[in-house]
Amino acid sequence: MSVEDRLELPSYLHHTEAVSARFAEIRQRPVVMSLSAVSRQFEGSQGPVLALSKVSFDVRKREFISVIGPSGCGKSTLIRIVAGLETCTGGSITVDGREVGEPAADRGMVFQGYTLFPWLNVKSNVMFGLKMKGMPKAKAERTAMEWLDLVGLTKFANHYPAQLSGGMKQRVAIARALANEPRILLMDEPFGALDAQTRSSMQAHLLKIWETVDVTILFITHDLDEAIYLSDRIVVLGAHPGRILEIIDVPVARARHPDQFLSGSFLATKKRLEQLIHHRETSPKHDAGKLAFVAA
Amino acid sequence: MKKTGPELNTKAATGGAKPSAGPRRRLLAVRAPLPPRASVVAGVLAFVLPLLAWCVVSYVPFVWHPLVHVRDASDANVPGEYSYVAVDQLVELEVFDKRNQELAQAHARPLRGERANPVFLPAPHEVARAFYTAFTTPPLRRGDFWLHESLLQSCQVIFWGFIYAALLGLPLGILCGTFTLFSRLSEPFVDFVRYMPAPVFGALAVAVLGLGNEPKITIIFIGTFFQMVLIVANTTRSVDGALLQAAQTLGANRFQLVKNVVIPAAVPNLYRDMRILLGWAWTYLVVAELIGEKSGISAFLYQEQRYRHFDNVYAGIVMIGLIGLLTDQVLNFVGRFLFPWETGNNTLFRLFNQLKVAFSPRGDAVPEADPINDSQVLERLPIAPITDTPEEEAHVG
Repeated sequence: MSVEDRLELPSYLHHTEAVSARFAEIRQRPVVMSLSAVSRQFEGSQGPVLALSKVSFDVRKREFISVIGPSGCGKSTLIRIVAGLETCTGGSITVDGREVGEPAADRGMVFQGYTLFPWLNVKSNVMFGLKMKGMPKAKAERTAMEWLDLVGLTKFANHYPAQLSGGMKQRVAIARALANEPRILLMDEPFGALDAQTRSSMQAHLLKIWETVDVTILFITHDLDEAIYLSDRIVVLGAHPGRILEIIDVPVARARHPDQFLSGSFLATKKRLEQLIHHRETSPKHDAGKLAFVAA
Repeated sequence: MKKTGPELNTKAATGGAKPSAGPRRRLLAVRAPLPPRASVVAGVLAFVLPLLAWCVVSYVPFVWHPLVHVRDASDANVPGEYSYVAVDQLVELEVFDKRNQELAQAHARPLRGERANPVFLPAPHEVARAFYTAFTTPPLRRGDFWLHESLLQSCQVIFWGFIYAALLGLPLGILCGTFTLFSRLSEPFVDFVRYMPAPVFGALAVAVLGLGNEPKITIIFIGTFFQMVLIVANTTRSVDGALLQAAQTLGANRFQLVKNVVIPAAVPNLYRDMRILLGWAWTYLVVAELIGEKSGISAFLYQEQRYRHFDNVYAGIVMIGLIGLLTDQVLNFVGRFLFPWETGNNTLFRLFNQLKVAFSPRGDAVPEADPINDSQVLERLPIAPITDTPEEEAHVG
């Protein structure tokens, strides 16, 4: 590995004018959700185990935030606490200034394991939350069809979930969560069970939906590329105990395109994430901000 | 295989196309399915083989046949220890021979008769005939029953016993499977009572409820209810927790969770449980019918046994088996239409929708909007729908 094979990368902290302007604009937006010092302690067999330690960050309106970290960093615990499916042992979470606890429709969630109701057809699955709210059936049906149209599945409205592929199931799950018009959409490794090809098409799909629909997204993943490609900001968690290592403002310009996977800002961010998550330090001979490329 | 030349490959390919094992090997393959034809044949043989054994014992004279059916009693005036032997009697072979010795000493003509089986083993054709004649034989005494009366009474006892058990057991089981409080409040006691055999409550039931069908229904109830609560609770508990969590994040409250998630998710399995429990109810039937005043099919069997109409006894027993089998098969068949998301059979739902349209007050209005041609929907959404990748489409079907 010689120095000549290395690509000169900008610092991940360097933002172009357009990107800085976008972040300045985001910072003007109201805060949708605020986590302050959220902690979670489990009672292990050898005394208490701290799974999450004082996690604090704000999510602003229509922001796309990813949470990333090694396994065991408590990222799934964190999103389940936000959803209200688990309780925190310290700190608090507010949505629109109100403290939240129990699961509710204001925090919609998409799970890794689809979780569609097998006895309902696709349309009725999307109508589920609306029915719970007591929306009249005709209106709920119309709304559900609009959301199915958005995810491109109107043709499958009368299919049962068992008749769909994994990617299609997850699109129904997204439509079902969005139909409820949640204040924030929580996504817990939603594409983790999909094959690589379906996954990348789902990522593009999700970005399009996010650009179209007024929705704020908190996204859990362990895939570095996915986090950079999708997010405005990335919350990097470290393990034992789960804590925030850094919150990265992604320097990659919007609108995102798969070509950007090989851009300097993308690679610089990825390198920083790798340093944080895999403790992959560059050797002291070379400056930070350079990524080793081994010629094939 | 060390060498993999082209010749070797073709050889391997043709070798793989041939069935790798002989037909006899496939019949006795370890934990492998039978060939479909063999499977059907084996299923038929399961019934034919016992029937064949029965036929051999009944129709082949030298197999078993321990008795002699006396056709001609000869001279009854010849004295002797065995002079009681008369026409149409079934006597043991030894008695038949001894009487013949007595007759021979008196120079009378010998007895005539043919080898026969005991009266409790009628031949298949006699039982087959009894299937019809048992229904047409009038009761011999006042207070005796026709077969169809007995069967009807048994079915009523089963029906009500099971309905009462289900009416109470299903809701309680679902509550126990959903709320830990109910589970802790009832399951330890239910578990305790479950181990008391239902018949031990027989005397008590008669004392409290008197004669008639009530104590019998109570026995069926006790026999099925306690099992049902535990089984239903377990089935309800096995509903995927992720579905409940998804429903919660969609805003379902506790009542809605039970009504819209727990119950529909558990229903196909609960239906299967009910089929199994109905089978158990039949096993308690005979016990229930013998307490207090004998009733139903058991009373009929008892009555026919007293008259030594064993062909009718067998017909009655087989009838119970047939009713049970038929009920289960009907429920199985109906189940295929009830849960289209598991079986893919939505005939019943289509029919229901057609009826709904036919009887809707506006008559002509079709409730299902045509989503694809609904231009209003497309106008309101600014982006074009994202099309499926061909790979994904391929999964559908």
